[in-house]
Amino acid sequence: MNSKLIIVNIVRWFILLLTQILLLRNLSFYNLATPFVYILFLLLLPFRIPNLLLYLVAFITGLTLDAFYDTLGVHVSACIALAFVRVLFISVTVNRDNFDEPDPTLGNMGFKWFILYSSLCIITHHIVLFFLETFRLTEFSYTLLRCLLSSVFTLFIVVLIEFVFYNRKMR
Amino acid sequence: MRNLWIFINRYNAFFFFIIFFCIGIILTVKNNAYQRSVTVNSTNQVVGDVYNNLNVFKKYLNLGSVNDSLAAENAKLRTEILAIKNVDTTKDVVVKDTSGIPQYQFVPARVIKNSITLRNNIITINKGKADGIVSGMPVISPVKGVVGYIHDVSEHLATIKSLLHKDTYISVSIKKNNAVGSLIWGVGNTDFRKAYIKDIPNHFKINLKDTVVTSGFSSFPAGIPVGIVSNTGIATGGNFMTIEINLLNDFSSLQYVYVIKDKFAQEQKDLEAKIPNEQ
Repeated sequence: MNSKLIIVNIVRWFILLLTQILLLRNLSFYNLATPFVYILFLLLLPFRIPNLLLYLVAFITGLTLDAFYDTLGVHVSACIALAFVRVLFISVTVNRDNFDEPDPTLGNMGFKWFILYSSLCIITHHIVLFFLETFRLTEFSYTLLRCLLSSVFTLFIVVLIEFVFYNRKMR
Repeated sequence: MRNLWIFINRYNAFFFFIIFFCIGIILTVKNNAYQRSVTVNSTNQVVGDVYNNLNVFKKYLNLGSVNDSLAAENAKLRTEILAIKNVDTTKDVVVKDTSGIPQYQFVPARVIKNSITLRNNIITINKGKADGIVSGMPVISPVKGVVGYIHDVSEHLATIKSLLHKDTYISVSIKKNNAVGSLIWGVGNTDFRKAYIKDIPNHFKINLKDTVVTSGFSSFPAGIPVGIVSNTGIATGGNFMTIEINLLNDFSSLQYVYVIKDKFAQEQKDLEAKIPNEQ
């Protein structure tokens, strides 16, 4: 069970990062909306993962993305922020002692919970990402607009993927 | 200590977040040129503002010594100016011929004595035999216009028979139709701004404001502007007419002149001397 979870996550890591780097990196609407779907991997990590391991995984994921985006540190910070929000949200909404489900997928947790969870994480990630990229507050509204549009775009694709792959239990 | 450890362990998510996020920010700033430049620039601005404000106060404290040093510098500069004024800054200028051999060499000289009120005016300049000046060389003004011929040379000085002299004749032509005549001064008047051109054949049509240049037949190079035609209606009663021109050159304010060394002058003279004089 445990080893299966690890393998699934590793495979997911590779698939999502390859998709992000090879396909989605070239996708952008008027430089306004850019999807960062790779964070779905961080969203779907199991509930029981220790905090330190979560941060390390987030760090390595961000570092890999940065290597391909030539923005060392930007994605790292964004992923770390996402991990923090994820820990907070899960500790608030889910009973920590006895998790019913191994990982927070759409099928396991329900549509409402998953939308709230993923949109919070995505918005945090994107805000950190875009503001670190711009690194000044003079174009505040423009950056914010980019953040929101990209968040919507990413959320849309994330939910779409969830519906395609993890909806068996919903029915 | 135990309590602290429990506290940290309980909120480990937050502390991990702080640690990792700081690492991320440091990586960003350290490794990306743009972000680094923004950070460094803004810190520089803050630092610069602080130093600026500090300097405003410091300036007042230093005013006394600054004044002293400025006064000393002024004194030094004044001495240097005096020294420069006494040095001759005129240097030789070479004009290249298209054939590659510089036919004319311009020797700048400073006018040290000048007169315009006499019938025969002589100008003295500060170049002489030592600078290769010989008698008969043409002299022009640096701006425009002719000055005259070298009359006599000493070791370091020379006198110029100015255009304002009864013996000075310069061959000139009207620029537009090349009508040649000779430029003289002082026949009818003694105004240093005016001169006359004699011996222009009657059939040439000459208008006011026509430009007069040197013809190149005398030892002046051709094409040096001399003056502007101001009066064509002087009757002489012969086959030749006389016209009046305004000189471009202001003799009253002459400061520097160019003495023109013609490399081929001697050659030309020798060649022409071979022609048997039939008169």
